[in-house]
Amino acid sequence: MSELLESHTSGNAHVDELVRKGYEHGFVTDIETEVLPPGLNEGVIRAISARKQEPAWLTDWRLSAYRHWLTMAPPEWARLEIAPIDFQAISYFAAPKKNLPKSLDEVDPKLLETFDKLGVPLHERARLAGVAVDAVFDSVSVGTTFKKELNAAGVIFCSFSEAVREHPELIQKYLGSVVPAGDNYFAALNSAVFSDGSFVFVPKGVRCPMELSTYFRINARDTGQFERTLIVVEDAGHVSYLEGCTAPMRDENQLHAAVVELVALEDAQIKYSTVQNWYPGDEDGKGGIYNFVTKRGDCRGARSKISWTQVETGSAITWKYPSCVLRGDDSVGEFYSVALTNHRQQADTGTKMIHLGARTKSKIISKGISAGRGQNTYRGLVKVEKSAVGARNFTQCDSLLIGKRCGAHTFPYIEVKQPSAIVEHEATTSKISDDQLFYCLSRGIDEENAVSMIVDGFCKQVFKELPMEFAVEAKKLLEVSLEGAIG
Amino acid sequence: MLEIENLHVSVAGKAILKGLSLAIRPGEVHAIMGPNGAGKSTLGHVLAGREGYDVTQGSVRYLGEDLLSLAPEERAAKGVFLAFQYPVEIPGVNNTYFLRTALNAQRKARGENELDAMQFLKLTREKLKVLSISDELLHRAVNEGFSGGEKKRNEIFQMAVLEPRLAILDETDSGLDIDALKTVAEGVNRLRSPERGFLVITHYQRLLDYIVPDVVHVLADGRIVESGDKSLALTLEEHGYAWIKERKPGAAA
Ligand SMILES: Nc1ncnc2c1ncn2[C@@H]1O[C@H](COP(=O)(O)OP(=O)(O)OP(=O)(O)O)[C@@H](O)[C@H]1O
Ligand SMILES: [Mg+2]
Repeated sequence: MSELLESHTSGNAHVDELVRKGYEHGFVTDIETEVLPPGLNEGVIRAISARKQEPAWLTDWRLSAYRHWLTMAPPEWARLEIAPIDFQAISYFAAPKKNLPKSLDEVDPKLLETFDKLGVPLHERARLAGVAVDAVFDSVSVGTTFKKELNAAGVIFCSFSEAVREHPELIQKYLGSVVPAGDNYFAALNSAVFSDGSFVFVPKGVRCPMELSTYFRINARDTGQFERTLIVVEDAGHVSYLEGCTAPMRDENQLHAAVVELVALEDAQIKYSTVQNWYPGDEDGKGGIYNFVTKRGDCRGARSKISWTQVETGSAITWKYPSCVLRGDDSVGEFYSVALTNHRQQADTGTKMIHLGARTKSKIISKGISAGRGQNTYRGLVKVEKSAVGARNFTQCDSLLIGKRCGAHTFPYIEVKQPSAIVEHEATTSKISDDQLFYCLSRGIDEENAVSMIVDGFCKQVFKELPMEFAVEAKKLLEVSLEGAIG
Repeated sequence: MLEIENLHVSVAGKAILKGLSLAIRPGEVHAIMGPNGAGKSTLGHVLAGREGYDVTQGSVRYLGEDLLSLAPEERAAKGVFLAFQYPVEIPGVNNTYFLRTALNAQRKARGENELDAMQFLKLTREKLKVLSISDELLHRAVNEGFSGGEKKRNEIFQMAVLEPRLAILDETDSGLDIDALKTVAEGVNRLRSPERGFLVITHYQRLLDYIVPDVVHVLADGRIVESGDKSLALTLEEHGYAWIKERKPGAAA
């Protein structure tokens, strides 16, 4: 790597390309965009709401969230170094200029090309792959595939804006019911300015016939992305949902503050997987996405199950704690996580499992990988309330260190008010040992492949929870993200 | 095929090998015996290319090339194989996947075509059968939770699949039951051919009943202090290393 960097300064175009290869999705799409000028005030919020032709109740909901946000301060408890964010320097809405497409055929070909480049084909190939995809470009959704098939099954999968127009009663019933507008600083900001995102509704007794997936891409400069996802699964319904994210390489930090709410009614199951690959910044920590996300699932019904799986390799800073509120008796919450930090990346991530119902169960498997000067923190809360008779939790937190300048930290918080509960916690920290590396080398495997093989083995428990195609993608992402971590 | 001349190696500033010379011709099996701490594993590691060993003097030629100038993975591709005294665990990495990756990396480096999953499976089935190794080991992670004997069998299995030109076995017989010992011997004997060489490090002459060596060396205090035919192993077993010290005062510390 150091060799590459030296010739880089000597201006060799081919080498330039090799160096940049680190982040494959760093291109900018040249497309006419309509952007609100930077700044945040009630006028901006009204403008966003008006642009989206929202009902008055929603405009008011946004405004009250905004007023609440004004009274709040950014959280400081995370083990993160965050340069102060100038919220007035951010633009809160950007959309491709051509008007919102009614169907995929009307989508600007340039946008389709962009998603093709990202490996998210919105057209025929998506049909072959059998995954329904919604794609969000800057602040708006540009198309959802497989609409007809899903409709036939009774499943609603559309952009959030469309849901507000077409299914206002569902949105009004569930929006903010899991993550209240004033839940925390970034959730309040999102509630005020959220632009688009996805909505999923699976009615009673329906198993969604295919994987659903959303791709988020930030393209415009100086914009924030504030998407909002809401998934509601009624009694005995099932859904598996995956989100992926990319952004161009820019020297400035860009803010991404999303909110995801999941509601599982009786016997319902939601599997939510994330492959997060926002631009992480360069080797010196310049640029990159601030990924400040609130994700929470509510196991509202008895025997419901919510499972979070995340592979977090991107972003300059990640602040994210996908959580489960285990309200229904016998409900189950799971959290499987791989978080990788290389170069100057920082991650403070983990989960909260709140046990309220009787015999509720939760499982947490967290794998943190730190390389370069990356700082990786697991922060998790397991809370068992008095009502949660016979609750059980198992937590396993493993950290892998690559090199000497990185750090791994584990903060497990456990609060148990119900004496019959069983809470288990295991934690390990290890390094890729010289013995392991030499063993691989002596068998003919080169260092880069040896490291990625060892890291892949370390993440096995989490990868096997991902849908097959995405497990392959996640593995590749780790390889790319680790380039230059060794040697 | 392997010519080691006057090899001096130190680790962390401490001299371990102090002028070791040894030559193996194609088709030969050489056994190395010697007291604990004499430098046997050090020799194996240096030949396989482990970092952290300073060669302060001497040379090693392998198939006419300067072995010491090659990276460990290049040595592997050119046919050098070390069966570890302490095989390493790699959690979560499937044993079969590991070995296929290794074989294909070597084949690629040699300009041969890589084996797909089916071809590889066929190959492993054959090898397992002759070595009577349970294929359960294939589905587990590399050496993870293997018993001592299973780890050693796995080394031999890897050797059988990789088919090296020069195999160095570092105490592969230690801690083995009698059946496993036969497996190890079978693995070596099946590979024996006019092109291949073996360097078998052992503490027990028993192994040499099954793998009959052409030459037996005694390595003590960083040097070969005695070489002979297989009867040397018997003599050592009877008299211990003290016998050499008496015969060659000053040779062993
Ligand atoms: N990394 C190291 N740092 C310091 N000393 C070392 C290191 N590696 C090996 N040594 C020393 O080198 C000497 C030779 O070790 P080596 O493992 O080669 O012995 P051996 O002949 O294989 O012994 P055994 O029969 O017990 O396996 C020992 O004294 C050992 O302590
Ligand atoms: Mg040894």
